[in-house]
Amino acid sequence: MDFVNFLIQLLNSVQYGLLLFMLAAGLTLIFGIMGVVNLAHGSFYMLGAYLAWSLAAQLGSFTLAIVVGTALSVGFGLLLERLLFRYFYQRDHLDQVLLTFGLIYVFEELRSMVWGDDVHGLPVPDLLAASIPLTDNLSYPVYRLFMSGVCLVLALGLYLLISKTRLGMKIRAGAFNREMTESLGINIRLIHSVVFALGIGLASIAGMIAAPVSSVYPNMGSQVLIMCFVVVVIGGIGSVRGALIAALLVGLVDTFGKVLLPQASGMLVYVLMAAVLLYKPEGLFKQ
Amino acid sequence: MSDHSMQRQSLMSARGLTKRFGGLAAVNDVSLDLWLGHIHAVIGPNGAGKSTLTNLLSGDLPPTSGTITLDGHNITGWTPEKISGHRLGRSYQKTNIFTTFSVWDNVRLAAQSRVQPSPFNPLGWFRSAAKMTAVNQRAERAIELAGLQNRRHAMAGATSHGEQRQLEIAMTLATEPLVLLLDEPLAGMGQAEAESMVQLLLRLKKDHAMMLVEHDIDAIFTLADHLTVMVNGQVIASDVPAVVRADAGVQAAYLGEETHETVGEEH
Amino acid sequence: MSTPQIHLETLPRSIQLVMTLGFLALAAFPFVGSDFYSAMVVRMMILAIFAMSLDLLQGVTGLVSLGHAAYFGLAGYVLAFITPQNEAISLYTSLPLAVGGAALAALVIGFLVVRTHGIYFIMVTMAFAQMVFFIFFDNKALGGSDGLFLNFRPDAGVIDLENKQVFYYFTLGCLLAVYGFLRRLLWSPFGRALSGIRVNEHRMRALGFNTFSHKLAAFTLAGALAGLAGYLWAAQSGFVNPELMGFHMSAHAIMMVILGGMGNFAGAIVGALSFEYLLHIFKDLPDVGEFKTGKHWQMWMGLFIVALIIFAPKGILGVISRTFGGSAERKESGHE
Repeated sequence: MDFVNFLIQLLNSVQYGLLLFMLAAGLTLIFGIMGVVNLAHGSFYMLGAYLAWSLAAQLGSFTLAIVVGTALSVGFGLLLERLLFRYFYQRDHLDQVLLTFGLIYVFEELRSMVWGDDVHGLPVPDLLAASIPLTDNLSYPVYRLFMSGVCLVLALGLYLLISKTRLGMKIRAGAFNREMTESLGINIRLIHSVVFALGIGLASIAGMIAAPVSSVYPNMGSQVLIMCFVVVVIGGIGSVRGALIAALLVGLVDTFGKVLLPQASGMLVYVLMAAVLLYKPEGLFKQ
Repeated sequence: MSDHSMQRQSLMSARGLTKRFGGLAAVNDVSLDLWLGHIHAVIGPNGAGKSTLTNLLSGDLPPTSGTITLDGHNITGWTPEKISGHRLGRSYQKTNIFTTFSVWDNVRLAAQSRVQPSPFNPLGWFRSAAKMTAVNQRAERAIELAGLQNRRHAMAGATSHGEQRQLEIAMTLATEPLVLLLDEPLAGMGQAEAESMVQLLLRLKKDHAMMLVEHDIDAIFTLADHLTVMVNGQVIASDVPAVVRADAGVQAAYLGEETHETVGEEH
Repeated sequence: MSTPQIHLETLPRSIQLVMTLGFLALAAFPFVGSDFYSAMVVRMMILAIFAMSLDLLQGVTGLVSLGHAAYFGLAGYVLAFITPQNEAISLYTSLPLAVGGAALAALVIGFLVVRTHGIYFIMVTMAFAQMVFFIFFDNKALGGSDGLFLNFRPDAGVIDLENKQVFYYFTLGCLLAVYGFLRRLLWSPFGRALSGIRVNEHRMRALGFNTFSHKLAAFTLAGALAGLAGYLWAAQSGFVNPELMGFHMSAHAIMMVILGGMGNFAGAIVGALSFEYLLHIFKDLPDVGEFKTGKHWQMWMGLFIVALIIFAPKGILGVISRTFGGSAERKESGHE
């Protein structure tokens, strides 16, 4: 593989990995802090994609679609948290798995009723439609760099929020010891809502920015959910740092794997997961 | 250490046992011995590392450094189940029973551990567990020792705190261990219950090597043949009770407050 | 699992009666039902075997697997592969091979996943099952997304499985055998150890039980029994595709076990039958004006699941038991 091809694959790996990180970070935060496993997490990715597609068409602007779409999905997520999820924080994981599995069905059907079952493409916004030439006949799409950029900015923002702000401190405290945190007068219900909104927001934005590249189609949530789980398992539950490293690792293994070993392509990520399980069953960065 | 203990071969011993969590040493260079027919008590303030020590000896936690020997074997780093198979039994400070099983089922299952067939052996899939005579006998003995005969059908989670502590002991005894590690067996017990537990422990002494972690100072001085005092993860004294008691350092660090609390203490 | 639950391990009289009547009804059904409904009941019975295999893992041992369908599908694929184009394959060679294949896969995957706990276990079982799904989905040589056809049911010699009624009773026989086996297993030393692991694995280890090997054995055995169900499914329907191994199939199995009530195998049977029947009802819902109610069966199913989890987490047997009395608390152990 020559250098240019290597570079392209590397950029693709990073882009895919960062996108997975957006989803995995939300999942791992929600689980780490509220102890809730949400199988319907992928549905918010799908929601983001469909919102991007329909809003972009109606509003005529991709940027506006993202802003409005994020607001809508976060609002929807908060409603869900308030009406349903908050009663399940103390319940068995099994109950949570089943509840959220039922929700997947409901969301898929709602999507079908509102937007139909067709596959849709979403054009890349003009501003970002260029490609950076690398050689005479190879170039790299600016939009993919944009995707990585957005994810990086959000990842940085998340890091700053969690480690440098008072809110972040409260969030970490809540994860550590709920009763203690409550007795200190910190409004734990608010913290939970914030964390949930954060997780949902990240997943939706991921879906929105991925839409031009991956298209918008039914069941797109379930597929990405599996990879998300793999990332969380490898990285360790509750560790955002672990999710980042694991996501990049998965991005690398998956992308280079498909190029170097096309016959085994889909398998390699699972082989990686199996190796991590043998070495550290609780993930690389378990808290 | 007194001459008697040096001559007897210890059934279980720890040398230089250390456990670090990050930078903190919860257990720091601890050595001790357990002999057959002896009760070795371990006392110390909260946070001294007593429970961590017990967890290290039972295999629940791997040590950072040091060695543990059981009945001639180096068991450092062994899993709890493997150590249990070499006749070590341990009871827990925080009651660790099968809450939704009956008292009888708790003890029966504990007794079953001694003859558990390999899970891949189909013969173990067809036998009736309730009809395993030797297991039932062992369980019956343990229930009687712990005084729970009249409560055998009660759901374990629904019994009183004291009964649960008794069950805790019964389960440990049902595995017929040689070495017993008991973590605060008297915790939360009323006067009468505590006294029968002390009597039980004295009866068990003859045939077991026992380590007893406790806070109840009166019971300690009734029961202990040897006493180790731990503070901040380290051993500050280890000798026969009379000697330890008189130790100024121990009194300052720990016993001082305790002796003031007990009224009409025995000598 | 975070909260220990009292499972109806000892079946109260009311439930025993329901089960006996149920089995009698199943035995009599071919004489009163049409071919269409008999075939549906055969599918239900096969799914009941599948559900019971999961109950061993989930209800008894407390391991929630989101990937149990992998073994169900694998066995079906084994049969599909070894059935020749032009003739039937012997039941007596194909059944052990299929079940053995499923068991082997369960042993290998189990070795990797059983070392994880709680939410990790749920996630890795799902991940490995998806891996198996994609192996078959992406490979034309293995049938790809289109799946494979079987032209003949297995040849069982004297027993003519091509005959619908014979196949019905063969399946019923398997159902009863598996039920009897698992009830026996529940009260064996192995079964008692698995229950102990569900309630308090930490203490089981301290008592000297090798919980890893017990969980692995349960995982493997559950996989083998799922394989038996998958074999029957392939034999009956004559078709296998990757969906049989998929996430949805696994989740259905969990639903069936929950719906009926966990941990005693009777619930798994009740749950499987009820779930399938419910699915049938939802799909057949009449249109309300323009709205094609039946087409959106997934919505009703989803809402039903959500309602079930909120209001009746102990399932149907829990409800029956509460309504008709019969002690749910265990008195003397070892007696059914």
